[in-house]
Amino acid sequence: MRIILHIWRQRNAGEKGRIVRYEVPDVNREMSFLEMLDVLNESLIAKGEEPVAFDHDCREGICGMCGCMVNGVAHGPARGTTLCQLHMRHFKDGDELYLEPWRARAFPLVKDLVVDRSAFDRIIAAGGFISVATGSPADGNAILVPKENADSAMDAAACIGCGACVAMCPNASASLFMAAKIAHLGLLPQGQPERERRAVAMVAQARQELFGSCTNIGECEAVCPKEIKLEVIARMNRDFLRAKLTGRGDTLRDDEAEVAESKPLAGAQR
Amino acid sequence: MELDAKAPGGPIETRWDRHRFNLKLVNPANKRKYTVIVVGTGLAGGSAAASLAELGYQVKCFCFQDSPRRAHSIAAQGGINAAKNYHNDGDSVYRLFYDTVKGGDFRAREANVYRLAQLSLNIIDQCVGQGVPFAREYSGYLDNRSFGGAQVSRTFYARGQTGQQLLLGAYQALERQIGAGQVEMHPRTEMLDLIVIDGRARGITTRDLITGKIESHLADAVVLGTGGYGNVYYLSTNAKGSNATAIWRAHKRGALLANPCFTQIHPTCIPVSGEYQSKLTLMSESLRNDGRVWVPAKKGDTRPPAQIPEAERDYYLERRYPSFGNLVPRDVASRNAKAVCDEGRGVGESGLAVYLDFRDAIERLGRHVILERYGNLFEMYERITGENPYQAPMRIYPAIHYTMGGLWVDYNLMSTIPGLYVIGEANFSDHGANRLGASALMQGLADGYFVLPNTISDYLASTKFEKVDLSHPAVREAETQVTSITKRLLETKGTRSVDSYHRELGKLMWEHCGMSRNAEGLRHALGTIPGLREQFWRDVRVLGTNEELNQSLEKAGRVADFFELAELMCLDALERNESCGGHFREEYQTPDGEAARDDEHYSYAAAWEFRGVGNPPALHKEPLGFEYVHPAQRSYK
Repeated sequence: MRIILHIWRQRNAGEKGRIVRYEVPDVNREMSFLEMLDVLNESLIAKGEEPVAFDHDCREGICGMCGCMVNGVAHGPARGTTLCQLHMRHFKDGDELYLEPWRARAFPLVKDLVVDRSAFDRIIAAGGFISVATGSPADGNAILVPKENADSAMDAAACIGCGACVAMCPNASASLFMAAKIAHLGLLPQGQPERERRAVAMVAQARQELFGSCTNIGECEAVCPKEIKLEVIARMNRDFLRAKLTGRGDTLRDDEAEVAESKPLAGAQR
Repeated sequence: MELDAKAPGGPIETRWDRHRFNLKLVNPANKRKYTVIVVGTGLAGGSAAASLAELGYQVKCFCFQDSPRRAHSIAAQGGINAAKNYHNDGDSVYRLFYDTVKGGDFRAREANVYRLAQLSLNIIDQCVGQGVPFAREYSGYLDNRSFGGAQVSRTFYARGQTGQQLLLGAYQALERQIGAGQVEMHPRTEMLDLIVIDGRARGITTRDLITGKIESHLADAVVLGTGGYGNVYYLSTNAKGSNATAIWRAHKRGALLANPCFTQIHPTCIPVSGEYQSKLTLMSESLRNDGRVWVPAKKGDTRPPAQIPEAERDYYLERRYPSFGNLVPRDVASRNAKAVCDEGRGVGESGLAVYLDFRDAIERLGRHVILERYGNLFEMYERITGENPYQAPMRIYPAIHYTMGGLWVDYNLMSTIPGLYVIGEANFSDHGANRLGASALMQGLADGYFVLPNTISDYLASTKFEKVDLSHPAVREAETQVTSITKRLLETKGTRSVDSYHRELGKLMWEHCGMSRNAEGLRHALGTIPGLREQFWRDVRVLGTNEELNQSLEKAGRVADFFELAELMCLDALERNESCGGHFREEYQTPDGEAARDDEHYSYAAAWEFRGVGNPPALHKEPLGFEYVHPAQRSYK
């Protein structure tokens, strides 16, 4: 089948971008979406035109590196599916597809369909962890976790950090991403001591990164390739509120709070 | 060159403890005076960077992906082994050690493997502490499943996403250290050379993948956790970006590379569907717990699987290996799949597939149990193939998955270049000629969390470091070298794309240095590769410039290295006149078609020394001694 692509081309953040029309004849139904882009790129190289830059790595839907908007929907039309796992059998001959990068202030454009998502890393660095030094934990079975909690924690932990939630949200909020981590760790006994602190620190960092706020629209849940549920955001809000009400979230020391307020974390600044 | 493995002797149970006691320590207050570079952020690199930073060292960490969380460890599905014996089924550290040495077909170093089995216990504890959501029983206790090559249930798992969850544990530990200012993280930065000064590894030269800037970074030690080289074959289960450039360029700077021909073919992957195929997808080996592998008993039977009656199906693994059945090790399962397809009994359009059938398990256990165990894998299969494995059996075929070979390291995980450590899949150490399922995660984390942080202190404490800065001639030389390679690739302006060369090389390697090899094929490959490599350098087309995100340029550098590595793999395979583990030489098999080892002549690790492109490399041998597990013909019957 023949697919017509309108792809956002932009050399770098400083230059102006534009939509360019391409045709890919002979698309096989069994191809993945990215394999179709490979075929397009090979034909561009053959013509001496620069290939389209797009992020991808594992191509099995788990690394979270790929993704773009396909006709306005993050990762395209198939539910619970990353762009790399989307196959061309979902499309038909003559389809016209508009491919654009994630658009959010916190995800500056790098080139074509590639954006910079390092803000997500800085949110995790602010508090998305359990502070346990290598070698300190006791036997694995010393901590019992009810199966339901382990399962719910796993549901939330399935997040791949692709950024589709942000790209789809009219507010460009990172709430689903943050809340997935907060719910994962907060559902486990190991995560309790830092629970309030974690919520406060991560939310503060997200604000620094200029992500928007959540207004319960739910677009994020609809496009999440790992089908993370909105309910995690309720958990995050509860942890955040509890931290504020009990004062436990203010366990950020004054100097740490100052850092969180004034500048993004050290490290991946680009 | 004398290869000193530095492996301690004496009772194997206490070797690591005694060795650790003899290692020199760095005073806590002095740790911050040392800088360590860690390249790669998978299970090995990520856990090492986090652990070194926790100890107080200054760490500079690099990855080519946009975030350390993307490393390909994330795609490991099935699980991680640990000899906890939580199920009272006869497991022990010694049994895990035994299974791993035997599974590796007696081509690994005993002392290393024993240490790995010991540390498996600590890994589970560490990961539980970090909040890895391992599967639990209703009682709240940790759940286990069984895996190929073992008769006990010792595999811990987090649905079909164990690698993801373990990696996120290490990633979160790493991010915590980045937040604390202990680690300086450099994402989207690729290591393109190793800086060796006065015979010691002192830094790396990198390219910023967004700006193209070539830079050098200095340190007191360099750690490579950059993974395997399975992408030599173009089609593999590795991520598209996985590459051998870091280890290959270290090899060219003097680090010996051991056992490059030991590659692992994973038996359960989704078959190739067409010429455009960009990668292969693995279906976890854990599926073989409940799935039964079969092909039609007679040739050319094209009936749909449901219409083939029980009597006309050949459950060939159960038939040939009654005691291990569908859970034979990977090399055995892969070779048997190839054999039945070669007989013309393969299924699917290409005839290059076998069935993995869940019908009986669904009948026995109910659909809900299968859903819970393998739900995400079934979904993944359906997403890719458009077929529902609850209704029709999966079609699977072997694919390149893991490489046991890698840079040679001693017991301390140090390569032949002092100060250069190599961990995880990038080194050659623990799996011998064949890795057992659920052992890669174990090795990556053992190296990163527990071995390297201990052994590196000995080197740092006992070495006097001269001050070096970026104006050192060795730094300049490395930068000039890297710049000239990049320039040459861009200026060639040939006719064919990087991918077209990579595919051609991959096909050649799969045919002649893949699932089975013979001297004639290997000689043919050795005769063909140099010409293809020269053509690549003369004719490759890389568009764009260096000073931007240029994905073709990144690939071109990696493929250039694959060309050189491929030649060494074929040479190593040709030199090893025996079959062992994943290395199956057709000339050397038992009457019933199993691998025939030659312990008298080949019980060694083959460590190769680089002598210039096109020049024959020098072979150094590390003899392997077996005091505990006595080499025998592996039998899974």
